[in-house]
Amino acid sequence: MKEKLLEVVNLHAGIEGKEILKGINLTVGPGEVHAIMGPNGSGKSTLSEVLAGNPAFSVTEGSARLAGVELLDLSPEDRSHEGLFLSFQYPVEIPGVSMVNFMRAAVNAKRKYLGEEPLGASDFLKLMRQKRAVVELDNKLASRSVNEGFSGGEKKRNEIFQMAMLEPRLSILDETDSGLDIDALRIVAGGVNKLRTDRNATIVITHYQRLLDYIKPDFVHVLYKGRIVRTGGPELALELEEKGYDWIKEEIDNNAGEAAK
Amino acid sequence: MTKIVSENNDTSRSQLDPTLSEVTNGDYKYGFTTDIETDILPPSLNEDVVRFISAKKGEPEWLLDFRLKAFRYWKTLTMPRWAHLDIPEIDYQAISYWAAPKKKEGPKSLDEVDPELLDTFNRLGIPLQEQKALAGMAVDAVMDSVSVKTTHREKLAEMGIIFCSISEAVKDYPDLVKRYLGSVVSYRDNFFAALNSAVFSDGSFVYIPKGVRCPMELSTYFRINASGTGQFERTLIVADDDAYVSYLEGCTAPMRDENQLHAAIVEIIVEDRAEVKYSTVQNWYAGDAQGRGGVYNFVTKRGLCRGDNCKLSWTQVETGSAITWKYPSCVLAGDNSVGEFYSVAVTRGRQQADTGTKMIHIGRNTRSTIVSKGISAGHSQNSYRGLVKVAAKADGVRNYTQCDSLLLGPDCGAHTFPYIDVQNDSAVVEHEATTSKISEDQLFYCNQRGIPTEEAVGLIVNGYAKEVMNKLPMEFAVEAQKLLQISLEGSVG
Repeated sequence: MKEKLLEVVNLHAGIEGKEILKGINLTVGPGEVHAIMGPNGSGKSTLSEVLAGNPAFSVTEGSARLAGVELLDLSPEDRSHEGLFLSFQYPVEIPGVSMVNFMRAAVNAKRKYLGEEPLGASDFLKLMRQKRAVVELDNKLASRSVNEGFSGGEKKRNEIFQMAMLEPRLSILDETDSGLDIDALRIVAGGVNKLRTDRNATIVITHYQRLLDYIKPDFVHVLYKGRIVRTGGPELALELEEKGYDWIKEEIDNNAGEAAK
Repeated sequence: MTKIVSENNDTSRSQLDPTLSEVTNGDYKYGFTTDIETDILPPSLNEDVVRFISAKKGEPEWLLDFRLKAFRYWKTLTMPRWAHLDIPEIDYQAISYWAAPKKKEGPKSLDEVDPELLDTFNRLGIPLQEQKALAGMAVDAVMDSVSVKTTHREKLAEMGIIFCSISEAVKDYPDLVKRYLGSVVSYRDNFFAALNSAVFSDGSFVYIPKGVRCPMELSTYFRINASGTGQFERTLIVADDDAYVSYLEGCTAPMRDENQLHAAIVEIIVEDRAEVKYSTVQNWYAGDAQGRGGVYNFVTKRGLCRGDNCKLSWTQVETGSAITWKYPSCVLAGDNSVGEFYSVAVTRGRQQADTGTKMIHIGRNTRSTIVSKGISAGHSQNSYRGLVKVAAKADGVRNYTQCDSLLLGPDCGAHTFPYIDVQNDSAVVEHEATTSKISEDQLFYCNQRGIPTEEAVGLIVNGYAKEVMNKLPMEFAVEAQKLLQISLEGSVG
């Protein structure tokens, strides 16, 4: 049997009583890259927020297991400790909190969860130096406040830097390419690729094929109206790039119409 | 006038060890009492009590006169009610005005200090033992009404620095004390100043002679221990021409059901080109969640920048006390003198704080900076009250005031009462104010990175207060960070 890293089964979730995810099924194996694409409002960002445990959303049905552990039973911080990482579409600013203090709190919280001793100051700073090189951030990073005054590109690089620091089993990149110029895109994608191993996995949520030129997916899923309606290989992304989403929408909406009759 | 600005990103302390995560317990950790035999005067307040205190301390006639004048004046006053505070009636006859740890003679060395007392200060993390103090801090510890032990005296004395309890100063340096006592805060200043002047028991005295830079932080720890007592200490600091000193004050008290009164006076005199930094971490017992017990902290702190080109800087981190009434101020009399006030005031539960500063510009080209960071949680009320006054002859004055409020939860209040009184057209006075909340997005971002909510709140609040925390001496800053974290546990979520 093929090993499963993430297994989402019949996941239903919504916000303020409105159902957005209507039965998601998704299986991700170690070493794999999955792309999730789809038109606006199809539920892509909701899926990432729900998996990460944003309390604004409520889950009504289904399960999501990461390496056999039910994520939906865990607090957001424990999901993180279990190896889930979300690169946010809009990383929030935290004024006055330096990146070094923020990351040290994050890394040591995880170590505590795993029953390990906290990392000493010099080891930690060494680790930070290594990891910021992955996304070409300079040494000013440590003393800058979390995302405050960062350009759009810097914010996304900072997300990938944090991913490098926390070494997650599963990373979800939510529209990481939005607002990036081509150079920043190359750095961010390069960072993600450097962090790939045959033990971890990545879910890339994107509107565009562009990012997938840099981060090659093994599978491409199309999310529409809260369900995964198509799954294919990298060629599916190219097809979508060429033809847009309308043909899929029509097909699905017609089928739904047929079914209703 | 009010605008939302993002916070100044000061990174000078970015390498600071984030010890926040070590803290897991939200209870008031200094709430133990010490089992020491105490000399205590029965509750009541009259001239006999004033005479008793003065006699007990073997004071000269002039000081008894000073006390009696203050007491007679105090009797004509009523308690001030102008602050944004709900202060219950206080029965001044129900308080004991003298409580002293029992001892035979004054301790000559640490070996003679009551081991229970040493244990108390050890638990507070105060390095009373000389060997621990070698790290560079001289400590005067005041327990209830009496100064227990001053460390490093000989070493300081070699440089001509005087650092001792004010009782000893009255005996050993009567001329200095007589010259300066009451010269900045007159006994007629206010209700609590008059009360303190009548019944003050002890406190610290510092004199830095001309041209001397004090090589270590001077520090006083105040602790109220005996129940049903008031603490009325008095601190007098004089920095002569070209002198420098950094002074730290820490405060704790055990948990008591009844309220305890603390009415202190701090007077500072700064001469030509001298500089004084005065830092406070105030963590008196704040009362329980229902508002029972806690310390009433009614304090008058004022410095006189008498000399030209001198500087006085107040930094305070206020997390304790049921009620705080406190306005550390600078009278900028000398030309080109500089006054600074950096404050973090945290209130939670039923705490009330009305705190701020007064910057009185009298000299020419005097400058002042006020940075106030209020943090309110629970059902607390947190007010900033500040006065910037520019006298008619004070040309070229500059003031910058930044006054920020952070609200945690829907039931607390943050208030700002800035008073600006400018009599000279050349003055430039700026006032900025912001009010903000910790957003759900910030908390979720921290959570996603594995940081639990309580710790995230601590990080965010410390970030918010960083500009002020950076002004604290290093060893105090770490302690103050922990304190902020502890004091807000359970406030969000």
